[in-house]
Amino acid sequence: MLDLILSIYKIPVINILVKIIVIMVPLLLTVAYFTYAERKVIGYMQVRIGPNRVGPRGWLQPIADAMKLMFKEIIFPSDANKVLFTIAPTLAIATALAAWAVVPFGSELVLADINVALLYILAMTSIGVYGIILAGWSSNSKYAIMSTLRTAAQVVSYEIAMGFALVGVVMAARSLNIGDIVEGQSSSIWGWYMWPLLPLFVIYFISGVAETNRAPFDVAEGESEIVAGFHVEYSGILFAIFFLAEYANMILISIMAALMFMGGWLSPFEGVSALGLGDSFLAGSSIIWLLAKTAIFMFLFLWFRATFPRYRYDQIMRLGWKVFIPITIVWIYVVGLMYYLELAPWFIKG
Amino acid sequence: MLENYLPVLIFMGVGLLVGIGMTAAGLILSPHRPDREKNSPYECGFEAFEDSRMKFDVRYYLVAILFIIFDLEIAFLFPWAVVLDSIGTFGLVAMAIFLGLLVVGFIYEWKKGALEWE
Repeated sequence: MLDLILSIYKIPVINILVKIIVIMVPLLLTVAYFTYAERKVIGYMQVRIGPNRVGPRGWLQPIADAMKLMFKEIIFPSDANKVLFTIAPTLAIATALAAWAVVPFGSELVLADINVALLYILAMTSIGVYGIILAGWSSNSKYAIMSTLRTAAQVVSYEIAMGFALVGVVMAARSLNIGDIVEGQSSSIWGWYMWPLLPLFVIYFISGVAETNRAPFDVAEGESEIVAGFHVEYSGILFAIFFLAEYANMILISIMAALMFMGGWLSPFEGVSALGLGDSFLAGSSIIWLLAKTAIFMFLFLWFRATFPRYRYDQIMRLGWKVFIPITIVWIYVVGLMYYLELAPWFIKG
Repeated sequence: MLENYLPVLIFMGVGLLVGIGMTAAGLILSPHRPDREKNSPYECGFEAFEDSRMKFDVRYYLVAILFIIFDLEIAFLFPWAVVLDSIGTFGLVAMAIFLGLLVVGFIYEWKKGALEWE
């Protein structure tokens, strides 16, 4: 019996499918409990207790939400383009999930070890905006159209700032493979790219918040102005799919920030002999470090939402074009200079 | 090297299946009781007036055009950054000049007011 299972597992496609499930199931569970964490964290920040009725301490709340949305009627507005209206959420979730194919979780723990991984992730997140554009246009509702125009312009603007920030990382690592980028940061905590690329690091994360249309950049669904924005006409499971895609993208931004700027799975105590950790668990690289760093950024998303008031649309565009893009261009020159001067420990020509 | 891309392709397929599967499950499991008022486009309780696919501000179009220029620039920067070690100081200076030309254009459009949103 065991031999049979092993021989089936050796078929390449089956092998890959098993690995995909091993990535996808924890990811979707994380998404579900990220929504629960969001409601709890924002609840406590606003001196409420958040969801606490379904299951002990409300732990079953995300499952109850999913079940409820599954059984709710899907309304197709009479003016809507029904085919595009149905395809749009699938496009959003497919690209949000597909980007995870190249995300490494350890030096050997990677599904697709391709040498253009960073470019692939950038491409997938760019295609994701089509889901939003299709949803808004096919709904044929005024609020949805307005939100689509705003979102498209906003996402496109911040993508430039984000792209320039990533160029800095690639210049430091001289590779688009994410595993190589992480290995380039080894030696000690001072080897992490967040130190020489600090402005790019900050801009990358803020652009990521804007890319995923999260507070304080959530004019795409600003309740007080355009109700629910591009998904105002969506109900039931189709709405839930947009929700899932948005949260999967938030987690992707978080894990990418951890991988590219904070050394991914490398330990912050690496190379510190004074603490006497030796070869113990704390000094070694492990997936725990990667997940801990990712959790920091995921928490920041929630913290931002509870803390900052929403930006006005013209302020968002000004921040993107007149602040972030000039800073990133200047810093690319600075990185070029640091590379020319071979600033240790980050820029060693080889 | 090419076999490394097979998992990516399969992952895209699985991603699509998740979307299609959830949509299908929702369509099958949920009730379907449409009526004229429920299916009308949402407009704060008013009857929808005019076509919602209206004219929009030209600045959105302008942003899209500017995006293409800058995104193309980024597409040039990525391969350049990967081969930085083998192109030496000449490559470094060449890109500095190229990026400088883009900056001149950027300053021009800024002064012309292309980035103004009131």
